[in-house]
Amino acid sequence: MTRSTPKTIVNDNPFMKPMEWVSLALLVGVIFILLPMLLDAFRLNLVGKYLTYSFVALGLVICWGFGGILSLGQGVFFGLGGYLMAMYLKLEASSVENTKIQSTPGIPDFMDWNQITELPWFWKPFTSLPFTLIAVLVVPAFFAFVIGTAMFRRRVGGTYFAIITQAIAAILTILIVGQQGYTGGINGITDLRTLHGWDIRTDSAHNILYFVNAGLLVACILFAQAVKKSKLGRILLAMRDKEDRVRFSGYQVASFKTFAFCLAAVFAAIGGAMFTLQVGFMSPSFVGIVPSIEMVIYAAVGGRLSLFGAVWGTLLVNWAKTTFSESFPELWLFGLGGLFILVVLAFPNGLAGIYRTYVEPRLTRRVKALEPAPAVALSHAAE
Amino acid sequence: MAEDKGKGLQSALRRRLLMGLAGAPAIALMPRMSFAAGPATSAVNTTGLAVTDTEVTVGILHSATGTMAISETGSIQAEKLAISQINEAGGVLGRKIKIIQEDGASDWPTFAEKAKKLLVNDHCAAVMGCWTSASRKAALPVFEQYNGLLYYPTFYEGLEQSKNVFYTGQEATQQILAGLNWVHKEKGGDSFFFIGSDYIWPRTSNKIARKHVENVLKGKVVGEEYFPLGHTQFNSVINKIKLTKPKVIFADVVGGSNVAFYKQLKAAGIDLSKQILLTISVTEDEIDGIGGDNIAGAYSCMKYFQSIENENNKAFVAAFKKMWGEKTVIGDVTQAAYLGPHLWKMACEKAGSFDVDKVVAASPGLEYKDAPEGYVRVDPNHHLWSKTRVGKALPDGQFEIVYTSPELIKPDPFPKGYQ
Amino acid sequence: MFGDYSLGDLGAIFAMQGFAGLILFSVYVLMALGLAIIFGQMGVINMAHGEFMILGAYMTYLCSNFFQTQLPALFPAYFFIAMALAFLASGALGMLVEWALIRHLYKRPLDTLLATWGLSLILQQAYRSIFGAREVGVELPSWLIGSVQVTDTIEIPINGMFVMAITTLITVGVALLMYRSRFGAQVRAVVQNRAMAGAVGIDTERVDRLTFGLGCGIAGIAGSAFTMVGSTGPTSGQLYIVDTFLIVVFGGAASLLGTIASAFSISQTQSTLEFFLSGSTAKVLTLLAVVGILMLRPQGLFTLKVRR
Repeated sequence: MTRSTPKTIVNDNPFMKPMEWVSLALLVGVIFILLPMLLDAFRLNLVGKYLTYSFVALGLVICWGFGGILSLGQGVFFGLGGYLMAMYLKLEASSVENTKIQSTPGIPDFMDWNQITELPWFWKPFTSLPFTLIAVLVVPAFFAFVIGTAMFRRRVGGTYFAIITQAIAAILTILIVGQQGYTGGINGITDLRTLHGWDIRTDSAHNILYFVNAGLLVACILFAQAVKKSKLGRILLAMRDKEDRVRFSGYQVASFKTFAFCLAAVFAAIGGAMFTLQVGFMSPSFVGIVPSIEMVIYAAVGGRLSLFGAVWGTLLVNWAKTTFSESFPELWLFGLGGLFILVVLAFPNGLAGIYRTYVEPRLTRRVKALEPAPAVALSHAAE
Repeated sequence: MAEDKGKGLQSALRRRLLMGLAGAPAIALMPRMSFAAGPATSAVNTTGLAVTDTEVTVGILHSATGTMAISETGSIQAEKLAISQINEAGGVLGRKIKIIQEDGASDWPTFAEKAKKLLVNDHCAAVMGCWTSASRKAALPVFEQYNGLLYYPTFYEGLEQSKNVFYTGQEATQQILAGLNWVHKEKGGDSFFFIGSDYIWPRTSNKIARKHVENVLKGKVVGEEYFPLGHTQFNSVINKIKLTKPKVIFADVVGGSNVAFYKQLKAAGIDLSKQILLTISVTEDEIDGIGGDNIAGAYSCMKYFQSIENENNKAFVAAFKKMWGEKTVIGDVTQAAYLGPHLWKMACEKAGSFDVDKVVAASPGLEYKDAPEGYVRVDPNHHLWSKTRVGKALPDGQFEIVYTSPELIKPDPFPKGYQ
Repeated sequence: MFGDYSLGDLGAIFAMQGFAGLILFSVYVLMALGLAIIFGQMGVINMAHGEFMILGAYMTYLCSNFFQTQLPALFPAYFFIAMALAFLASGALGMLVEWALIRHLYKRPLDTLLATWGLSLILQQAYRSIFGAREVGVELPSWLIGSVQVTDTIEIPINGMFVMAITTLITVGVALLMYRSRFGAQVRAVVQNRAMAGAVGIDTERVDRLTFGLGCGIAGIAGSAFTMVGSTGPTSGQLYIVDTFLIVVFGGAASLLGTIASAFSISQTQSTLEFFLSGSTAKVLTLLAVVGILMLRPQGLFTLKVRR
């Protein structure tokens, strides 16, 4: 991969450089103020849905962009987060009163159709909201930890890792579809209504969830930024560029990779849980290979090295998808396919690359002209 | 929301962005005067639907792209044909139907999304759409929340009944039981091998079939196998079929797997003129891909075949081919999709209104006597009473109808004793 | 489950089951061979492999239509012409793609994945626009249909044997080409050390293009052969892609022998499991076993020892 090596290691390592603060302010301005003001409730809910995908893209920036580990199975974690949340919501929607026409009231409808007469043991804890929220974070992390440890210890990397994660996505999809008594099968877990008694289907609920989602996203971006700025982040970068040297310097490469992979998984799971809350159902079609690869594309379009780019890329691709598939359903796939190729061939660093090559130098010049005092360190290496 | 915050510059910007983002949503549809041929708009539309003096808006929501486009194209064509016929005949309550077509793109949340758009932005009086159960399940809460009206064409597993949906296809018992009875009585079918794709419809259908075989027909099921969607290798299971020697193979394999299954069955020397095979997942549409030679001799259990002999069907087939080309074929679901707009029109006219609640209230008991499949009637449970037919696949891709149930069969989405 | 059957019946079933496994093996080898060349030798992750196969299938479809209407007398033999055409069409498209796309990405193997995924979307939509969204039925000549009665109870599908024959031919052909010809030596030289190969006068660009074209062409033949056993539609290619990649990776990417060994073990596992368990379970167990073994032995079954 083409990338520049660090020219200087900046000693005074601020949390964010001035231009990054500007990017953050821009992002916050757009998703917190501009979009809610411009869009009606329906479109805003759509944007909320897209933003849940950007959690996945954000995770990919960390594990792919920084860590050099391309996972084609992020749908697995997105799906896990979504399903765990959906289990809680479904149990709440399946109160004895709501399901009194079933032969066994009080269990989810799809279980009743599959002659299951008792709630399976692994569903039982999901009557508790705190447990669910913890599970959303812990279960995918654990899963990623197991996969990561097994593979990175044995130095599986690059294309092999990508293909194995793809196979894992395929396996999980087949399992979910096949075990329909426990998972809702291909239809997924649908008809979710309330979160701890709060109706999540109303416009006002969608609005609130949108802001919760956006807030979480910004929090995740800041967390990722902290990781990037820490020593850990620098080791990740170093590992990506010269893995052996890092190993020979005495670092446990596998542990760092596993950490990056777990973090990406947790981000994806948060996105999945928020997706379920905003969309109102979860289905195996978000677990498989196709959605997993699409999410990689979001990160690639945004710029695989840029945390903010991940969000912009996701929004851009999905906005294009909605617009084009509304007006020209036939042409949409041509457009999407062409976009992938264009990004890979011409803009390997995506939107962030374009921004940094064409926009930022001018901005910086302006800023410098305005206040000549601070010397802005223009080290693009880390970004 | 932030409706009245933006003023001045912001609102100008807002308008531009809105045009770019959403296209200008059709608002300003309030009628001023009534020149309509039918009753006054204010009388037929009290709930803010997109009805003008001359037009009423109806949505079509199917996958035009993605993996399901293969199946859903026929439904789109049938619905457009029905609507154009209704318009030629003067429309509904004196108003022409205007179609807004949305693409579900074989992606279930997209169905929910577009359903919401059709109801909230476009105020469609009714929506013809959804094909897979998954897409219906995804869109259903939207229709219930915004009190929309959906006409759903596909034969499906049952276990559902919504006040906002009319199911113009068969639920599982309607499709299966009469066919099993026929194969038992006429062909002496007493041992069965079930093979299906691994998802809810085949599993539910096979469960019902198993109960019926074991409890009612007193036969036995010698094997039951499921394969992941898209599976293309069936040689092992074909050997298992050869080993267990069932009298009847009962198949509900779908999609690309379907094609592979019949090709390999034929190649393995299972002669469908000797081995009885009863399927509930093959219509004329599927035979196009399978190849008539590969499946000739199999029996399919449906409510409609293109070859039904009656005047309505002849006219329907001719009109369909005229609109969509000589080479198109018409399968069971395509015909069921054609029923949707007609049933809606009749319900509106009976109700004298487009209001969803009134249309729903007027629907039970509606009789559609000129349906291509013959006479159908809407049950209070929102499914249709219809006949079950068994067709024998011919090499030219058509079916020879060998059995028609004498009576209309009652729809029973929650069959007692079969769950 | 076998209590009620006579020994003869069981023998016949196991013989046929053995053949079922062999047919699956041939199908897998044919699927994976093209990819083994492209991914194994060149390191390009070609996600559009399935679409190249389907191009071959569509060529066969066109051919069968043409021969049925124009040259019905030659219809029985059309399949061979169709396969040749499939090879040429997919190979030509492959070379075009290599020229326009892949050659810019040799240094970024993971990026080839994204670009070829984009390509696969474009190809799918192109098939849909040209041939329609529905699957097409490919008419086969009658001699390819049916089965050979070996004994009273043992029947072997003809098209299965045909696939086996083609697979054998192509595998032998590829092996000869790669290990016994000048071109093969050049390909292997370029794989092992591009700069050095260039330095000794090998036209590496040409070798790359031909190798990629060859891999795609073989995919085309595979697609053509699969019209006998599978479906032909715009998205049919995606059905094969995961299996194909797993076979190649499991075999050890840079080894033809590995691909064959891996196809053999995966196909036998799957066909045996399918017989004794149910279909979905068999598939999941097979995939899990493959992933599990790959975690323990990430290089795959056979690997070139290369110093990195």
